[in-house]
Amino acid sequence: MSKKLRIATTSLAGCFGCHMSFLDIDERLLALLELVEFDRSPLTDIKHCGPCDIGIIEGGICNAENVHVLYEFRKNCKILIAIGSCAITGGLPAQRNHLDLGSCLTEVYLTEPGLAHGHIPNDPELPLPLDKVHPLHEVVKIDYFIPGCPPSGDAIWKFLTDLIAGKTPELGHGLIKYD
Amino acid sequence: MSDTFQLDGASVPFEPGQTVMQAALAGGHYIPHLCYHPEFKPHGSCKVCTVKINGRTAASCTMPAEAGLNVESNIEEMNGLRRTLVQMLFAEGNHFCPSCEKSGNCTLQALGYDLEVHTAGFRHLYPDRPLDASHPDILLDFNRCILCELCVRASSEVDGKNVFALSGRGITKHLIVNSETGLLKDTDIALTDKAMHVCPVGVILPKRVGFSVPIGARRYDQRPISAQALDDAPRQADAPHSPDTGGSCPACEGTP
Amino acid sequence: MTTTGDLHVFLDALLARHGNNPASLLQMLCETQERQGWIAPPALTYLAQRLGIPRARIEGVAGFYSFLHLRPNGEYRVLFSDNITDRMLGSQALMEKMCQQLWLQPGKVSEDGLVSINTTSCTGMCDQGPAMLVNGRAITRLTHQRVQEIGHLIRNDTPLAGWPADFFLVEDNIRRSGPLLDNTSAPGDILRAAMALGGKGIVEAVKHSGLRGRGGAGFPTGQKWEACRNAPGAARHVVCNADEGEPGTFKDRVLLNCQADLVFEGMTLCALAVGAQHGYLYLRGEYRYLLEPLRAILQRRRDNNMLGKNILGQAGFDFDIAIHTGAGAYICGEESALIESLEGKRGVPRSRPPFPVTHGYMQQPTAVDNVETFCSAALAIQMGAENFRAIGTAKSSGSKLISVSGDCPRPGIYEYPFGVSVREVLDDCGAVNTRAVQVSGPSGICIAENEFGRKLGFEDLPTAGAFMVFDDSRDLFEVARNFVHFFAHESCGFCTPCRVGTSMLKQTMDKIAAGHGTRHDLNEIENLDKVLQTSSHCGLGRSACNPVLHTLKHFRPAYENRLKSLDFEPAFDLDGALARARQMTGRDDAGAHLKPEET
Repeated sequence: MSKKLRIATTSLAGCFGCHMSFLDIDERLLALLELVEFDRSPLTDIKHCGPCDIGIIEGGICNAENVHVLYEFRKNCKILIAIGSCAITGGLPAQRNHLDLGSCLTEVYLTEPGLAHGHIPNDPELPLPLDKVHPLHEVVKIDYFIPGCPPSGDAIWKFLTDLIAGKTPELGHGLIKYD
Repeated sequence: MSDTFQLDGASVPFEPGQTVMQAALAGGHYIPHLCYHPEFKPHGSCKVCTVKINGRTAASCTMPAEAGLNVESNIEEMNGLRRTLVQMLFAEGNHFCPSCEKSGNCTLQALGYDLEVHTAGFRHLYPDRPLDASHPDILLDFNRCILCELCVRASSEVDGKNVFALSGRGITKHLIVNSETGLLKDTDIALTDKAMHVCPVGVILPKRVGFSVPIGARRYDQRPISAQALDDAPRQADAPHSPDTGGSCPACEGTP
Repeated sequence: MTTTGDLHVFLDALLARHGNNPASLLQMLCETQERQGWIAPPALTYLAQRLGIPRARIEGVAGFYSFLHLRPNGEYRVLFSDNITDRMLGSQALMEKMCQQLWLQPGKVSEDGLVSINTTSCTGMCDQGPAMLVNGRAITRLTHQRVQEIGHLIRNDTPLAGWPADFFLVEDNIRRSGPLLDNTSAPGDILRAAMALGGKGIVEAVKHSGLRGRGGAGFPTGQKWEACRNAPGAARHVVCNADEGEPGTFKDRVLLNCQADLVFEGMTLCALAVGAQHGYLYLRGEYRYLLEPLRAILQRRRDNNMLGKNILGQAGFDFDIAIHTGAGAYICGEESALIESLEGKRGVPRSRPPFPVTHGYMQQPTAVDNVETFCSAALAIQMGAENFRAIGTAKSSGSKLISVSGDCPRPGIYEYPFGVSVREVLDDCGAVNTRAVQVSGPSGICIAENEFGRKLGFEDLPTAGAFMVFDDSRDLFEVARNFVHFFAHESCGFCTPCRVGTSMLKQTMDKIAAGHGTRHDLNEIENLDKVLQTSSHCGLGRSACNPVLHTLKHFRPAYENRLKSLDFEPAFDLDGALARARQMTGRDDAGAHLKPEET
């Protein structure tokens, strides 16, 4: 058989729900593993993405680190897929977009009681938040989108098998959903 | 014998005064639409129902039917256009489906499904549109408004109240309510108003109700909008679907 | 106006003056705005009660027009005309200076509520710019000195009546005249000739003259009048479209100033032709200064029995003209939007068919024509259809007023027989090193040097009259970007493609301007154009991409020089998006920055 396709996955400003849903393809995971192998992914614990055929990203872009990881994926993946509402629309994290970031930080770290001891964390180790949360396609070119919060295991399976078979992926009624 | 026009190769009869959309739906042919509603005067703003008529594009909901027209609707060129228009609406407002009470019963969402819209594509505008929760029984979430004016038309034409209107212009156009404070609590809206039940998206919602129908049993979980919209259109031959029977209008399903 | 009682006294008088007619709503709102400087919520509520119109609908009307304010917007409201020709004359620097002088930001009201400064779409003073409006009054030929003086006058709270009259001087700048501008017929002469022909005879003569609409679309005028005359209806109307909003056009301004009688003569003979009793002149708000002089001319014509009952002694020939003013909405130049606005509504174009000739003002047959069209119709009656036809070309009879502005020493109004070449106009206005000409405004066409031999007329280059000249120092990308901003600002927002599409187009052009553009963005523009072309409700959306497509065609390097070589760039400034967080955390280390070139 031909060489296995190499796939990387990651979650940016997401909840790993899409990854959980990915695992919902259940025993078909074994069939998938006949066709693909995993690079960077929570399944492998590889920390950095190498050259891949397909990259799958859940979650939007809310901070500087997200941008670095997204660029790493775009650079290394021939095909980049945004999966889930957050990656495609900004999703839940983007619900802060109508607020000023400064007010958010002030509210969380200065106004409300907490462990911050009256200052906004400024450790260089911490990635800075962007003023707004963005979907992936506003930062890099995205080749495909699998909508859903999360998309069902069946939808992910259908999408990937279409793609691997060289067809334009189509979800169709019942599999396409935004919630 | 009534006159006919051609729609995607089928012969569609029409009565004088009908628009292309009205005749098509009456004849059992679906043309995707958002701002059109069989009970109200068509106004043609969403443009999702755009078709090719004798080679030129026009909104089918406002275009008067004429004998011999050649109408093309279910062609890739028109469906591609519709896809972009739906994407524009998703990018314009704040449509966060996972937390929306109307999800599964939303016309915009169902259209997106039917047209295989996987992304808004455009840059999201993320407008700042504060909610109006002032009314004891009714919530307005303007984030989801697609400016179709169905509530404006329902409140004016059916309820005789004019609770809603549009203000602003261009991309700042927005829904307003009929009170000096600008708040819904100071209008005479009531839960029983027609305007409560026509919003195709999740702007006008009764309070303390939400997610009452489980996922899988919601309106568009069952059948795609292209199949359901025909049930709602007044039909010429068999007319069991009186527009006044509760829940049968294409937009108010799912909300009690 | 301090008390509720005062407000009601003012509004009662206003309502009485307009006969409590809901169709005059926009006029009442304009007058309230003029009197109060804004339209306060209680005024809307009171008007709603008295007129029996829902309050929300009135608020919706007020919210549509950019010169009406629903919040206090300064005692002095300064609007810099933002056409590309104003910019080329330095308007942006002037505005910046004025903002500095008065300590405020564009679009904001000063803390003491004294003044606001902002931009507005082309005010029709391109031949004597940069121009501005202060409280709706046009001020021309701005210089640093003049702007500074205006700043002082505002700071000293000097009422406009006390400002130097010279500021408000608007010149005609007629550089080349022809049968239209040279017309010296005495008021009533042409009308008498028309009356001798009779209604049907007028229609025939205008048809025979070959006259086509001068507003740009070029519909045969006689055919329109005949359709209106034959349409069934209880009453008929004549509407003169003086909502001259197309950036770069100012010929109607000049006609209304120096040939107003000819305009009204044309309207009156049209009334006889179509059988109308009521006429309306829709004057764009930017030309508010012309209102009183025009009203005086109408009164003189009434006094001389050229308007009113039994005009010039002909029993049953009853016709009068009212002037309605606009309030800052380009879209009202579209005839059906204009009619909506005349009816006191939001200026949203209607679905057509039906057309205004059968279902116009109040759903009655209505002939809507451009200012210049009425003048030309009068001229055709005066000189005879054959003689009129002899001017111009086979399919474009008569003469045309061209509004020349931009890079040339002699901007102003030029009257030519149709068929004049672009090069001839350029030579006459003294333009040198011309790179491009925008013919008929942003919704028209941009042509480059290799096309200067083309001729103005319906056979080749149809035009409403704008003729903006750009020399080789100009960046045509910035010209197109200015026009794209214009369309986004003026979209009425009714239909999805135009409302959202013009905003997306504007974002894309701004992205390219900021140096983040890629080939992907140019493709995006072409896709947007397709959507706007095929599905927009009216011509505004359909033409919104024209400036970009035309300049791309002729001046692609102006775009490509700005593009990154990458085929994708973020839609926003990544590093800029961290600025707020940097400010809040005080960080400026390497990790606190993002370089978009990372890929």
